[in-house]
Amino acid sequence: MGLALLALIWIITFVSTYFFVAKTWWLPHGASTSAAWIDHQFALTYIVMGVIFVAAQVALGYLVWKYRDRPGAEKVDYSHGNTKLELLWTTLTAIIFIGLNLMGSHVWAAERFAPAESGSIPVEVTGMQFAWYFRYAGNDGKFGATKMSLVDPSSGNDSAIGLDTSDPASKDDVVTATMYLPVDRQVDLTLRAEDVIHSLFIPSMRFKQDAVPGLAIKMHFTPKELGDYEIACAELCGLGHYKMHGMLKVVSQADFDKWMSAREADKQ
Amino acid sequence: MATSPHVHAHAAPQGFIRKYIFSLDHKVIGIQYFFLALAAVFVGMFLSLLMRIHLIWPQAIIPGFGEIKPETYLTLLTMHGTIMVFFVLTTAPQGGFGNYFLPIQIGAPDMAFPVLNMLSFWTTFLGFVVIIAAFFVSGGAPLHGWTGYAPLSALPSAGPGEGLGADLWITSIAIFCLASLMGALNFITTVLDLRAKGMTLMRMPLTVWSWFVTAILGLLAFGVLLSAGILLLLDRNLGTSFFVPLVVVNGTVLGHKGGSPLLWQHLFWFFGHPEVYIAILPGMGVASQLLSTFSRKPIFGYKAMVYAIMAIGLLGFVVWGHHMFMSGMNPYTAFAFSIMTMCIGVPSAIKTFNWLGTIYKGRVRFHSPMLFAIGFVSLFVSGGLSGPFLAQPVLDIQLHDTYFVVGHFHLIMGVAAIFGIFGATYYWFPKMFGRMMSERWGKVHFFLTLAGTYAIFMPMHYLGMAGQTRRYSQFTEVAYQTKLIPLQTFMTYAAFVTIAAQFIFLINLFWSMKKGPKASDNPWESTTLEWTTATPPPHDNFGGVTPVVNHGPYEYSVPGAPKDFTMQTDPPAASAH
Repeated sequence: MGLALLALIWIITFVSTYFFVAKTWWLPHGASTSAAWIDHQFALTYIVMGVIFVAAQVALGYLVWKYRDRPGAEKVDYSHGNTKLELLWTTLTAIIFIGLNLMGSHVWAAERFAPAESGSIPVEVTGMQFAWYFRYAGNDGKFGATKMSLVDPSSGNDSAIGLDTSDPASKDDVVTATMYLPVDRQVDLTLRAEDVIHSLFIPSMRFKQDAVPGLAIKMHFTPKELGDYEIACAELCGLGHYKMHGMLKVVSQADFDKWMSAREADKQ
Repeated sequence: MATSPHVHAHAAPQGFIRKYIFSLDHKVIGIQYFFLALAAVFVGMFLSLLMRIHLIWPQAIIPGFGEIKPETYLTLLTMHGTIMVFFVLTTAPQGGFGNYFLPIQIGAPDMAFPVLNMLSFWTTFLGFVVIIAAFFVSGGAPLHGWTGYAPLSALPSAGPGEGLGADLWITSIAIFCLASLMGALNFITTVLDLRAKGMTLMRMPLTVWSWFVTAILGLLAFGVLLSAGILLLLDRNLGTSFFVPLVVVNGTVLGHKGGSPLLWQHLFWFFGHPEVYIAILPGMGVASQLLSTFSRKPIFGYKAMVYAIMAIGLLGFVVWGHHMFMSGMNPYTAFAFSIMTMCIGVPSAIKTFNWLGTIYKGRVRFHSPMLFAIGFVSLFVSGGLSGPFLAQPVLDIQLHDTYFVVGHFHLIMGVAAIFGIFGATYYWFPKMFGRMMSERWGKVHFFLTLAGTYAIFMPMHYLGMAGQTRRYSQFTEVAYQTKLIPLQTFMTYAAFVTIAAQFIFLINLFWSMKKGPKASDNPWESTTLEWTTATPPPHDNFGGVTPVVNHGPYEYSVPGAPKDFTMQTDPPAASAH
């Protein structure tokens, strides 16, 4: 029985660890500036936790087998513990866990404490059941007004986000269902939601942020590789949650400008 | 110590209804809770089976159920989560075993308030009836997840099931909160006032400590959820705007204005995180009791274990924000919540270390309860170590609301807690029903369940890292997620095996109640008070005698003692050193 238990615990441990080490399933390719930092912190945490995981499970399997009750087994060691070992172990854990946490905190600070840098491109994201819309300010650099009473999801784009066309600033606003971003330029996001909470999740950008009705949440990131990246909704938003899917196309600044002028031309 | 411990004495009831239905006896009430949780866990498990089938074969027609639509999938996960968290993980360890064994383990004839105890069970039962009713009303059960985030949960027009079904869902939870508050008061008073002579706080079994701290958590947490639930009902039915700002649903502007969706999350998780410990602390207590008993060795670091339980309970109240790193909450607060969360790792590590230390140089007896206790430690380690990933906001950016989280909390508050319940069942069954369960089938059940649950929940971590979002009824709409379907298929097959294995347990349980070999008063050679009395215990627990306690709870293999276990009531001379 002891051997069977040891075998099962060890097999579970080694099989689980194998798939982590072999990276059979792993983080998607990171294509934003923060990806390297986040992935580094992830790897560090993974190594520390992995070592503790393997050590604890291997010890558990070994101890129950080694100290199994059998004829001729050693006498039980009548002991109520060992305060010194306990303190050592506690201190060690505290240092490792809290230290690990502090090491990762500067990344969070860089991501979330500072506002977007100057020269970043403002994009407003609106989530609704069950679509994402992206708005660009146009040549005037200003977003026009939106009104809840003007929202008509069935007509898409401008009407879906309730764009108030009587506001001059909204004349050159471009609303799209696909997100276009120039590479190597920070995007200054404002996240909104019309009905319930949604969450903009772009795995390759290492980006996730809830879009909450009643709030305009500011967030930023910088794509650094050209390509098409999938957007998923990460917060349960109703029956169509699983298909609230979008695309991010990261293009060169020149292609971005070309695309933007074409959209502006469409509007006229 | 209480100076005059007493219960409002009630004579042993005679009629069937007073004896088995509206009983005041904590033992009967404990068994009622146990069977309520047993019914609930099979309902919850059946829902998870339907979910696993739908994820792999979305077009499948389930006999007696029909086709599962995407919205049906969401109602399944909502009801699975709610039923499992409230009516299984909170009900079985605390209401069931806590009720039955807490008074006996401290040498009391009953709970401090027997009528309140009965009320608390029947209130819980009512809550269960109400939540099951949600399946059968027009529109069906709600689809907003067990966390019920507003505005989705607050707006009847936001989706199917968000009408009457959602009202019943929140009503059921409110009823459950009331029941838990009654139970918590009773547990706390009983521990403080009804301990037998000599049962000092530091001689209480760790099970009692864990039920005690769990009750305190319940008292502080359920009140908050109750208020949040009432506010949600007001938003839904009376047009208030606690949680709902100005919103437009399906092109219609609704009448709400100025409410805060984040307020619901704060209130919910202020309850929700302590709830995790309400589910797992009793399991930790049981694991400690079993590891010591079946290693024939005193628990390693009893005092450290007590302080660790308290520390976990305390810290559990200041970490709720780690569920909200991506919610739009002020990012500075994430620092505090993150550090406090990492701190919980410390008492958790103490517990793990001490469990291993208890086995070290013991003589391990592999009875079924012990196997589940060992399984508990393994699962506690596995489920616990994914915590420090999620506790770091910067890693949570990638992992939040993915299968990584689902794997994490299922291993630790789901499966580990269930292993605590299984261990407790195999261990205390002889005392409760006077017969032994089958050891052979207990072992088969253990090996299949341990291997099976790992096979289901470990792959969830891989899926989560790869970005598989939770609460998706299909993975076909997002290309990178479609690639992960083979792993999901493997998990569904693993779920089939694991679920089948639970019927071994069910049959073993009912068969042994009728046909199992008669149990002696102390079949495991344990030391705590429940093993000093008759099997099953008489109405007043100790047959008119009040036990006097002379020893700590885990005096195994005391040098010079006549046998390898010194009962807590043995005369002081028995420990000859």
